[in-house]
Parts: sequence; C-alpha cells; structure tokens
Amino acid sequence: MVLTMPSRHVRVLLGVLFVAYGSAARAQVTPDRLLRAAEEPQNWLTYSGTYASQRHSLLGELTPANVKNLELKWVLPNQVYGAWQATPLVVDGIMYLTQRPNDVLAVDAKTGRVFWQYRYTESPDARVCCVPNNRGLAILGSTLFMGTLDGHLVAIDTAGGRPVWNVAVGNPALGYSLTMAPLIVKDKVLVGVGGGEYGIRGFIAAFDVRSGKELWRFYTVPGPGERGHETWAGDAWKTGGGSVWLTPSYDAALNLTYWGVGNPGPDWNADLRPGDNLFTDSVVALDPDTGALKWHFQFTPNDTYDYDAVQTAVLADLNWRGTPTKTLLWANRNGFFYVLNRETGAFLHGSPFVKVNWASGLDAKGRPLQTPQPPGQPTWPGNQGGTNWYAPSFSPRTGLFYVSAWEGYASVFRKEPAQYIPGRNFAGGGHTVVTPVPGAPGVRIGRYSPVNDWTDAVGHGAVLAIDPRTGERKWTFPQYDVTDSGILTTATDLLFTGGREGYFHALDARTGALLWKTSLGGQIVNGPMTYAIDGKQYVAVISGNSLLVFGLR
Amino acid sequence: MLMRVRQVVWVVAWLVGAGATAHAQADHGSQYTQADIVAGYRLYSSQCTQCHGANGDGISGVDLRRGVFRRAASDDDLAKVITGGVAGAGMPPFALQPPELTGIIAFIRAGFDQTVSVTVGDAARGRAVFETKGACASCHRVNGRGPLGAPDLSGVGLARTLGALQRSLLDPTSAMLPSNRPVHIVTRSGQTVRGRRLNEDTYSVQVLDTTERLRSIAKSDIRAMNFETTSPMPSYASGLTSDEIADLLAYLITLREP
Repeated sequence: MVLTMPSRHVRVLLGVLFVAYGSAARAQVTPDRLLRAAEEPQNWLTYSGTYASQRHSLLGELTPANVKNLELKWVLPNQVYGAWQATPLVVDGIMYLTQRPNDVLAVDAKTGRVFWQYRYTESPDARVCCVPNNRGLAILGSTLFMGTLDGHLVAIDTAGGRPVWNVAVGNPALGYSLTMAPLIVKDKVLVGVGGGEYGIRGFIAAFDVRSGKELWRFYTVPGPGERGHETWAGDAWKTGGGSVWLTPSYDAALNLTYWGVGNPGPDWNADLRPGDNLFTDSVVALDPDTGALKWHFQFTPNDTYDYDAVQTAVLADLNWRGTPTKTLLWANRNGFFYVLNRETGAFLHGSPFVKVNWASGLDAKGRPLQTPQPPGQPTWPGNQGGTNWYAPSFSPRTGLFYVSAWEGYASVFRKEPAQYIPGRNFAGGGHTVVTPVPGAPGVRIGRYSPVNDWTDAVGHGAVLAIDPRTGERKWTFPQYDVTDSGILTTATDLLFTGGREGYFHALDARTGALLWKTSLGGQIVNGPMTYAIDGKQYVAVISGNSLLVFGLR
Repeated sequence: MLMRVRQVVWVVAWLVGAGATAHAQADHGSQYTQADIVAGYRLYSSQCTQCHGANGDGISGVDLRRGVFRRAASDDDLAKVITGGVAGAGMPPFALQPPELTGIIAFIRAGFDQTVSVTVGDAARGRAVFETKGACASCHRVNGRGPLGAPDLSGVGLARTLGALQRSLLDPTSAMLPSNRPVHIVTRSGQTVRGRRLNEDTYSVQVLDTTERLRSIAKSDIRAMNFETTSPMPSYASGLTSDEIADLLAYLITLREP
C-alpha cells in the first residue's frame, strides 16, 4: 500500500481536528464549528456571530417579560481613551477581545477576570484618518487573528497570549492599516486594508492560517487588464482608494464571501478620477479559495460624498415574490436600502430609508439617478451617511431588518484640489454639517462631550425596522443624539442597541416598544453581543471605555 | 470613511488671546473684508489643507479656525510664519503676494467664515463697552462675574468665530445657537419651568431655570416643551457705533477660558 500525502487542504483540516479533540478540546474552534456557529448560540465565534451576519441569537433565557430584571454582572475598563468599536468573541466560556489600539485580552466571560493581555506595539509610521480603531478578532483552532494599525496581521495563541506569526499586509507609511476583524474561511484568514483617505489602492487578501503566507490578493481598484479597469482614467487607479475595513459575510453553499468596499480617492473631488471607479462603494462577491470575483454591485458610482459601502452584508433566505431566494440585505451609507440576489448580484429592490437628495431614485438595475446639489447647498444624507459601519441585524422570526440610521442630517460638500503625496491625506475637499445657524456646533464623528450643544437640529439617530420585501419602515425608535451602535436581536424577539448618549436599550423587535433601558454614560459604538455559560445568558456591550456584561438577577 | 480625529487642543495661554490684545491695541484696528476672506479661502484650499486640514486643526496643537497657534500671536507673526515657514516642523516658506497674504490672514482671523466682513478694534475699550454702555454684563457672566440667565461668555472667544460673534451682536436671533434657545416646560403635574436648556437626551432634559436652579426633568414627566426661536438679547446694530462693535469683538475674542 502506498501512502500518499493528503492535499494541503485536508492536512489543515486534519491538523485542526487533531488539536480540536486533543487535551484542550474546549478551546478549539474548527472550520465546521464556524460554519455551524448558529447552532451553538452560547458562543460568539465570529465578528458578526455567524457567517450570515444576522446578529440574531437563538438564546432564549432573556425574554420581553424578564428583560427588566437584567443586572450588571461585571465591568472591564479599557485603559485607553476613545471610542471602542470591537465586538468580543466568546468561545466556551472564554471571551477574547481587542482594545484599541491593538491589545488582545482573554477574559473569564463569567466573571470578567483577565487571563492574559497581549500588547502589540505599532510602528510609528502607522496613520489612520479616524482614530485608532480595532473592531475585533477571528479565531480558528487555538489561534486568534488580529489586524493592526500599522498594516500587519498577527496570529496569537489562545492559551498563552503570545504571537505565533506576524506578517506585513500593507505599508503603514503609505496609509495602509488594518482595523477590521478578520474572517476565517476554511484554512484561510481573510482581511482587507483601510486607508481610503490616503490615496491607497485597496485590496483584500487571504493568508494561510498556519504560516501567514499570502495566498491570494484581490485589488478593489483594478489595474490594467483587470476587470473594471476601464472605469478609471489615466493613472487615477493607482491612488483610487477602495478601502476595506469591515468583516465580510460568507455563504458556504455558494462558496462566496461578500465584502463592502470604501470610497474612491480623493474623497470629494471626482474631477481627478472620472468614470464609475469600480469597485469603490460596491459589494464584491469573492471566491474565498482563489479571490476570484464572481459578481459585483456598485451602490454609488463616481462618488463625491464619501459614501463608503462599508456596511455588513446581511444574508437572508427570503421568499421573494413567490420564489425562495438567497438574498443579501444592505442599508447603505448613501441612504438607500437594497436587496440583492446573492448568487448573481442581481438587483431586486432599492428604496431610500432616510431623506436622500443626491439621487432622485434608482433605475431598473439599481444604478442611482444622480442629482448633484448646487455648490453650497445641503446634501442628504450628510457625510457620515444614512447609516455607516454600524452592525445591523435581521430576525428570521419577524422577517425585519434592523439598522441604526441618522435622520435629518445633511452636509454641504466642497470640492478642492488634491495632490497625491505618499502617506498624506488625499481628500480633495471636505464637508460642513448643515446647522440652523452658521458656525453652530454640528454632529461629529464621535461623541466628544457629555453636554449635547449640537442638539437634534443637526440630525438625530433612530433604530429602523425595515420590511425587506417592500423597503418600508415597520417601526422607528428615535433617539435625540445620533447613534453608531450595532444591533442584536434574539429568538425571543428582543432587540438590544445603544447610542451616543450611553443608554443601553432593550426593545420589542416586533413593535419597537422600549422594554428596558439603563444609563451607562459613555457612547456605545460597538455591536452588543450575547452568549451563555452554564445555561445562563449574558449580554455584553461597550459603553465609553468599559465593557459591561449583564445577566438576569 | 473620513473621520478626522478631533485633535487634542493643547490649551496654552500663549495662544491668540495675548495676540488679540496685542493687535487690538493698534489705533485703527484690523479690518478683514469679505473679499479678502474669500480670496484667502481659495488660497487656503489649494495650499494649506494638505497639512492643516479643511477645518484648520490638522496639526497637533494648532487650530487655525479657533485662533490656536504655536508660534503666532499678531497678524504680523502670522505673516512671518507663512512667508518664512517653520524649519524643523515641516512647514515650508510660502512666497505670497501681499494681497494673498492679506487674504489668508483674513480667512484665518475670520474663523474660516466667508460670509462676513469683520473689523476688530481695541479689547480694553471693548471691555468697557461690555460692562457699561452695552450692559452685556447685566445678563452674561464672564469668569465668574455676572448672572447666568444668558450664556456664560468666559470661553466664547474659543467657541465662536469673529463672524458669528458679530452676527450675535447685530442680529441675535439669526445667530442664536439651538442649544441656547430659551425653554418653556409644563410638567404633567402642571408645574411650569422656564430657563435655559443645558443638556438633553432621549429621555431627559437638563435646565437652568430662571431662579438659577439646576433641574433635570424626565421627558416622561413633561406634558409640553417649547423652545423660543427669538433671542431675548437685543440687537446692538443701532445701540452701539461700529467702532464700539469692533472694540467689543476685540474683547470677546480674548475670552478664552477652556
């Protein structure tokens, strides 16, 4: 009998399985567990909970009847000031999370006591447009994966909290950074690069989980000879942006990953980049094995508003006008809500979910009919969009899509010259938030004061429940300040969300009625998540500088 | 995603406060015309945004729009920095024509506000106007002195641009910030509360009432809440001369308590 070596793929699987059922079995995460993450709701195995990114938990201990009995179980303060955007992972009682800029913590998820802390020191070359964010980790086997502000991807061992490997993905001196939580698909770890305000040429890449070796790369701004290159003129593609800073979703049956791509560069001056500028402001469906592009859909061609398509692709199987259909639900920063066929990328539905005046509507293929406003006039939605990267949720029980939106918020955009200087801001203009009085405080990127002197006159936040079959709002839960919070729903029709004011709310997912709230004080800019230990359900949320975990008293 | 970090403003005493006083001591004041300001904006957009940013706060410790500088105090200082550069800090010298230099300084001094012409007079005289003829101190508090019925102006020179301050003096209603709108609340129990809104969120509002009492009221306890959109402040368009307005502006921009 001749023994042949199994394929690399099988070897990896075997390796993972061996470790998985070894002595430390409880801590091991296999590709199969990731695939079936919804079936173990006591854990939270990926950034969005599952590959479908519905942020819908099947845990049922918390109900509309008893949610008022939630109490604080433990608090973990961050030692670093600033908005904390990470979603933790929980694996068999252990929580793994990042705190900005690039620390990793392993925490007893029942008590909040810390096992270990790994601190990564960035290169002084690291630069980011928008504060040093990190949104979380990926896990496979006994390894955690984290992107860093200086453009590296680091593998860290779950038991010891020590680096296993560390590879350079993008050059930080040119503005490349990694802020998204990576995604594991089979034996690869997938990430994209940020830096859309620095004239980067964006890309998505896959790395071998064991070695960190790069296996494929897909440029979000295609070069000569590549599909989509014809949508760029001259050398504009070289600095065309197309950053990727949010975790994709994955459909294993179709073997496709779905990625939102960011704004073109420079942000606001399209004179320097005529054309549609593919694949900026698009969703791209990539084969995770090869990086091959299966299809794309562009939301905002030739963008002049910084309308990144950096939102989470929510995968939902719907009965679409009588036909069972694999759909992708997407509330875009540009103010439109879209339903796409995720097998083909075909446009099924699109309608505004907030006030929109940059386009009068969408054509039959979903392309916007652009109506640029005269210089100096307000554009709705404003620069931060009708929504942004805030994690939405879909409940198969209610059939509703939930998203944090900004309403009544507009910007005056301006176009200015831009010259590309490596590593420097490459924006080509800017924007001013429309205020009732010139020079009055406007809503900003994050909450910067406990005193709200900008008021709701410049826009306010809301949780919207959208019926994906029609695009219509089923209900609205308004907030006085805007909200960047993610949303979590449960199988008991609870909806958890926060907001900049630091309230943590539990709503009835069917009606939007407020069931419970608590004032945590600091802005909530991450996605609440849930897990269970010994049959007890917990909800974790980050407010200001603290991670807080609640359970029933 | 463009999310400019709000640069940490290193609060330094040697910022424009001293400078405003210095240049305001000139006999004829400094006039920044709208034409100069608009010309300055164009130049700023093409030459300065790369490093200083569209809002003027792209360099740590410098906030051009709010008049926070590292090395400049007077208009002459600004001109020296712009034409001479800052060796070692990465700022190159800019060879500008005199009208260009005038424009860029006007744009910075006007707080990037292109909608007005502003004349800045003498701060010491302006303080006298504030306390006597203008009777501003009868409603506004500065540095712990004066009543709280109207907004405290101790930091108004940092918070508002010259153009906005001028508008407040000439047409207060058009310049009234939404946060300063007088509030009138009737609670479910029938109680009436009048005062200034200090803060507000989804579930509550914080008010300084007319008796200078701090009140936090749950919105669930409120039957009606109305905000007045007409400012209770009188216009000084006819009550003060243009020189007095210029002096008052010079004084107000020296009020820079953080």
